[in-house]
Amino acid sequence: MTQITVQRWTPAAIAFALAIAVVLAVLAAGPLIFPAGFTERLTALFVYVILGAMWNALAGYSGLVSVGQQAFFGLGAFVAILLSNAGVPVYAALLLAALAVGVLSLPIGEVMLRLRGGEFAIGMWVLAELAHLLVNLDPLVNGETGTSLIALDAVPAAARRADTYWCALAAMTALLGIVFLLLRGRIGASLQAVRDDEQAAASVGVRVLATKRVVFVLAAAGCALAGALWLATAITFQPRAYFSVQWTAYMIFITLVGGIGTFEGPVLGAVIFFAVETLFGALGVWYLVGLGAAALLFALFAPRGLWGAAQRRYDLRLLPLGFHVVLPTTGRIIR
Amino acid sequence: MPDADTLLDARGIGKRFNALTVLSDVDFAIRAEEAVGIVGPNGAGKTTLLNVLSGAMPADAGHILFAGQDVSRLDAPARCRRGIGRSHQIPRPFGGMTVFENLLVAARTGGNAHGAAAYDRCVDSLRLCGMLPFANRRAEALALLDRKRLELARALATAPRLLLLDEIGGGLTDAEAAELVDIIRVIRGRGVAVVWIEHIVHVLVQVVGRLVCMDGGRVIADGPPDTVLRDAAVIDAYLGSAAHDHPVG
Ligand SMILES: Nc1ncnc2c1ncn2[C@@H]1O[C@H](COP(=O)(O)OP(=O)(O)OP(=O)(O)O)[C@@H](O)[C@H]1O
Ligand SMILES: [Mg+2]
Repeated sequence: MTQITVQRWTPAAIAFALAIAVVLAVLAAGPLIFPAGFTERLTALFVYVILGAMWNALAGYSGLVSVGQQAFFGLGAFVAILLSNAGVPVYAALLLAALAVGVLSLPIGEVMLRLRGGEFAIGMWVLAELAHLLVNLDPLVNGETGTSLIALDAVPAAARRADTYWCALAAMTALLGIVFLLLRGRIGASLQAVRDDEQAAASVGVRVLATKRVVFVLAAAGCALAGALWLATAITFQPRAYFSVQWTAYMIFITLVGGIGTFEGPVLGAVIFFAVETLFGALGVWYLVGLGAAALLFALFAPRGLWGAAQRRYDLRLLPLGFHVVLPTTGRIIR
Repeated sequence: MPDADTLLDARGIGKRFNALTVLSDVDFAIRAEEAVGIVGPNGAGKTTLLNVLSGAMPADAGHILFAGQDVSRLDAPARCRRGIGRSHQIPRPFGGMTVFENLLVAARTGGNAHGAAAYDRCVDSLRLCGMLPFANRRAEALALLDRKRLELARALATAPRLLLLDEIGGGLTDAEAAELVDIIRVIRGRGVAVVWIEHIVHVLVQVVGRLVCMDGGRVIADGPPDTVLRDAAVIDAYLGSAAHDHPVG
């Protein structure tokens, strides 16, 4: 029998990965070369990329459509304040807050992951409302009066801007790396199987709940880190701003426009979202209406998003998440 | 009584859906490397029996021994990992993944294979089932018959000791049915026990050494195919009507 090989990395994929490394290297020098305002905006972009990647891992790769991810975004910021007030160095507090929320999401997941489809979505929304109410009860937060990350307020603006930028860049890179490795590995294939048909996945040996749990906890911790980073840029913490459903709306826009169920899609979606926000953000309510309409149009008429459509059209397989069987008998790749 | 050779032994299986009793006091056993066919009219409870054996749904009564151990309380993934593989009557492909990836999930989780060994098993299974040319196609793009073949190939990738097949042969031409018979024979030749639910009796009897007929949630006959097919109760319950409902071939 002729040798049949399974291909993952291709020359194009390696070139693409190198290009990403170059972009990241340039970005790493950001605060040294970019003007202050742009550095701040890029920090926001990194947070958007994180949010999009997390929501895509949930909905696009695992079939878990959450409309309550702002729960973890808000909790991440809140726990960061608690830890900082307790004397933890401020940037360490951001990371620890994300880990703490990740741990907290374990028992939450035990309840939520037993819900199916629409029930899960609604359950997550209720969870976000509940988290918001509970945080409001904290005397430190004092309802919607809010509080602030005092420890960072004391740091000079330029140093704070640069440090937060680097933290956000590192967080984005690390989380994208984790998602990539996760999706590329055994769990990634099992997740997609669960997304496509839970009963069939169970019938071939996939432990459905355990598999979902992994991505649920990752997305909780990732969104919490995004919330903590946002706090580091904004300093002030008003519960209403952090537990707002607008964050999940952003995640959905970023994922749907960029390409749900593709690794690269949310990164592209975040860049587009960033550009749209920069251009039209001042329009207020109409800007939000426009975002919602655009996400809806994409869901209806271009469900694969921009990256998904490009992938089909040009037969792109850049970052190697899938498996390609090469059958040399025909001298070409059979599809 | 089960002998040392018994692979699966299900006793007193009962299953209800609310008021509807679908299985009552069903005994079903199969020896290692044996091939058993299950026939019976629509709604007899064949698929439900298979669901209960594979762990897709719990039984309300009875217990199931597999390889000498009680698996009654194990869920579907745990039973699959122990060696019970199955196909679905209405195919359930992982639509967003390629055919190869469909098998790879099965080989890696249920089949506990790693790295190149997992790839090899998938390629082997695809080749046996004649699906290698579709390896890179998204499963949602397959036609019904190819989806059924994917069910077989995917179940095989879990390296089962017992393979439960649910109507994978419906709608095949004579030539395709002959191919399928060859495939099942190869699988049997590897020492896999096979339970095959199928309405096309003349295809079934080319492979199985024993036939079970179900009706109304009960086993009404169990024995060599010739004997079962001449059984008055079987003719009455199934073969008489089958001539109308399921034109043979
Ligand atoms: N999940 C379910 N909920 C309620 N009733 C069910 C369910 N599954 C099966 N049934 C009912 O149980 C009975 C037996 O169904 P089953 O699918 O086991 O029959 P079958 O012998 O496989 O029939 P067929 O030859 O048509 O595939 C039918 O009356 C069916 O409607
Ligand atoms: Mg059936």
